Order: sequence, then C-alpha cells, then structure tokens
Amino acid sequence: MKEFSYTRPDSAEAAVAAVAQDPDAVYLAGGTNLVDHLKLGITTPGSLVDVSRLALGDVEPTPDGGLRIGATARNSDLAAHPYVRRHFSLLARALLAGASGQIRNVATTAGNLLQRTRCGYFQDPDARCNKRRPGAGCAAQEGWTRYHAVLGTSEHCLAAHPSDMAVALAALDAVVVVQGREGERRVPLTHFHRLPDDRPDLETVLEHGELVTAVEVPPLPYADRSAYRKVRDRASYAFALVSVAAALDVRDGRVAGVRLALGGVGTVPWRASVAEEALVGGPATEEAYREALLAELAQASPREDNAFKIPMARSTAVSVLRQLTQAPPPAGRRDQP
Amino acid sequence: MDRDIELRVDREAHAVRVDTRTTLLDLLRDRLGNMSPKKGCDHGQCGACTVLVDGRRTLSCLLLAAQASDCEVTTAAGLAPGGEPHPVQQAFLDHDGYQCGYCTPGQICSGVGVLDEAARDEPSHVTEDLTARVALDREELKERMSGNLCRCGAHPGIIDALEEAARQ
Repeated sequence: MKEFSYTRPDSAEAAVAAVAQDPDAVYLAGGTNLVDHLKLGITTPGSLVDVSRLALGDVEPTPDGGLRIGATARNSDLAAHPYVRRHFSLLARALLAGASGQIRNVATTAGNLLQRTRCGYFQDPDARCNKRRPGAGCAAQEGWTRYHAVLGTSEHCLAAHPSDMAVALAALDAVVVVQGREGERRVPLTHFHRLPDDRPDLETVLEHGELVTAVEVPPLPYADRSAYRKVRDRASYAFALVSVAAALDVRDGRVAGVRLALGGVGTVPWRASVAEEALVGGPATEEAYREALLAELAQASPREDNAFKIPMARSTAVSVLRQLTQAPPPAGRRDQP
Repeated sequence: MDRDIELRVDREAHAVRVDTRTTLLDLLRDRLGNMSPKKGCDHGQCGACTVLVDGRRTLSCLLLAAQASDCEVTTAAGLAPGGEPHPVQQAFLDHDGYQCGYCTPGQICSGVGVLDEAARDEPSHVTEDLTARVALDREELKERMSGNLCRCGAHPGIIDALEEAARQ
C-alpha cells in the first residue's frame, strides 16, 4: 500500500480546504470501500482527510414532510430511524438489503453514494480498465458480465453502480447538498452520477475538493405505498442482479403518480423515466406496466452473460407495481412474504 | 507516515504510534498481541475480524487504526473478563456453535452486536413490519449474521446459540 497522511479536520470548511488544495488528497468517511481499495492498489491517494466525525450525521424530518439526511449518518442508523421506517420505508428497505450488519454500522450516506463499482475487472489491478486508467481499455467488453450493466453502458465501460440506497433515493427525487470552496450547491441525485461515455473514470459531477454534506428528500404523499425489491444470487450479503424501487399512486384505476428506479442494471442508479412517463395518466393494469417497462428497457444493450437482466428487471418491476396496485403494503410492511 | 493514536482495547488504554496504513486488525494482532480477532479474507467479506468499536460490531480489517483513535474496542477476549464467559460465549459452548474455531471470535462479537441492535429495535432485511417492535426469530438471526462465514458449516449451531442468548 502506498504511504499516505491521515488528518481529521474539525470542520467541513477545514476539510474542504485540505482536499481542495491537494490534488492527491481524498475524503475518508466510513472507509468500508476505500480501505479495501487502498489494499488492492485500486486507488493510491497521498492524503486521507477523515470527515467521519464531523457533525454531519443528523437525520431529521423537514417541516414539509420531507427528510434531511446528514452525509455521515451511518447506513444502519438511517435505516433504523423511526421517521424513515414509517414514511420512507422503501429507503429503509433499500439500506437493509445492502451489505452486512457490520458494514452498515460504519458506512455513511455520502460514502454509499460514492462507492465504486464491484466490476471484477475494475477491482483487479492487472486487468484493463478505463475507470482505473483512462484509455487502458475495458476487459469487460469481452469478459464475464453476469454482474454488469445493460443500461447506460458505453464501449468504454459496462460497470454496474452497486448501491441499493441510491436507487431508492433516485426514485424519491433526492437532492445532494455539496459544499465547495465557493460555497454550497445542490445537485439532483439523478444528475449526480455520470454515465461512463468515453470517461468512465469521471463517476460523479463533483469537482475535486467538493464535499457531500447532506442528502435532502422532498415529501412524497404516496411514499407509504412504496417498495424496494432486490433479486440476487444468494439471500443475503450480495449485490443486486436486479433491484426495483417503486412508489405508486392509483386513483379510479388510473396511475395518478409513479416513481420507479432500477438497480443492478445501470451504470448509474437508474431512474426509469421513460416508463414513468408512459404510465402516468394511463390505466393501472399489468399490461400497461409491462408495456412501460418494455419501453424503458428498449434502451438496453445486453451481453450474452447479462441479457437475462432485461426480462428479470421487467418482471420484477411489473410484479412490484402489481402488488402496489392490488394491496399496497401498509407503511413499513414488507412488499412480499 | 506515522501517527500517534490512543484507544482502549478490552478496557485497557493504549497509546501507540502507527503507520497510517495499519488497519485496526493488524494493530490488535501485531502490535498489541491480541490474537482474538482473526484475519480471514482481509477484505470485509468473511467477518472473522469482527470486533465491537464503541459498542457497534465492526470489521476491523476495513477500519484504519487511525480511524479507531479515541475509540473503545472490545474483542471476543474482552467479553470474558477473568475467564468468565459472556452469555453469548456460553451459548456457543452449549450449542456447539463452532468446529475449528477460527471464525468464532468474530461470530461471537457479531452475535453480541446483533442482540444489542435488536434491543435497540433496529430492523433487518427480513423484518416483516418496520413499524413494529423487532423480535429475533431464527430467520432474523440468519439474516443478521450473514456477514459472518463459517467454512466448517457450523451455522445451525451458531443460530441455536444466538436463539438461546436472545431468549435470556
């Protein structure tokens, strides 16, 4: 492991100043992803600036019925928060579907958003990877792609975004609060992560030195009719093959409002806006749901190993929407037995 | 690069100078001689290195020692002061919650953490109703212990042990 300095500034301003002035510095929060990457040699910073103990960990309801999540709130604390469990159960469900108890105890909200892909070629310093070394090539293009993305891919990168939490936040229209040297700005979560295109190494819109300080979730009146369902290769402690975050408002047999996001299939947390647009105002029927998902997934570019994700994403999303239509689970209940 | 840190391990205070690259696991084992937490995968996948940091179960292989500065660390060894087994340790003995024993200190620290999380009413992926009080049944215990692998396959005995510890 390359040598690095470790500092623990006592304010967000000091942390931003420390990272902004040093091109070789990175933020450290829980470290559950970064420390592993230091060991693997995937990332080699010269300086770690620990922000995990800054006073940025509060989780608070907002007066309008929304939610403000501090950047360093631990995944376990956010999932266990009574207001989140009652009013944003899809967010609690997404968090609880991710990682293990030990990791959720340490991993933070901002760290979860900024976690790197689990693409096996990215994690292998001996493999070609445009994310690790721009221009090096992408071993996944002719490689084993069971866990890779089918949406938002490019000829330079197929890596799937690994987060569950971010999929729920994408469905909830969350906004990322970012502090830089010039002040604060707000970025919609759906614009926070960048598609790989020809620069897979640029994963978010953050400039060097910018620090995520919070995530804001606006109120959603029908968030109590929501679900997060994850399909994976084993029952626990595994990344998603496909996941679905959905909230649905059905009135008089028609879709009055819908939020839909997909995980495991996209290079970024995938807000299914094509499907949403097709659904709103239309009939709340299984046929309409299937048509909407077909339209969304028409953009997909599958490989032989991951083509199964297209029917899997369609059927999982249709199943979740059907369930939310027929018998929306009361606040906090699981969406399926 | 070095950094001076202070932390308490199993109720004993330590002040040590560490290479910043040192993980908490390597500090405990190589510098402080506490061989209770084990190095299995060293990448956060197996749980053998689990300890309690400020009371929360944590993977000591994915935490830099510098991050643990000013923290209270408890290993499985520290759960048995004076050799008197912790109730979770006694339950592992009573239910054969191990075979070779390598993963056991991590399993025990994780189990202690699970019971504490449930007592604080933290839900899990399999909790049926997020708005109701958490009740630890076998399905809950299995889900909550999924970050601890046992290659001998002692999981049924581990869950038996934790079921009994949860009843007490």
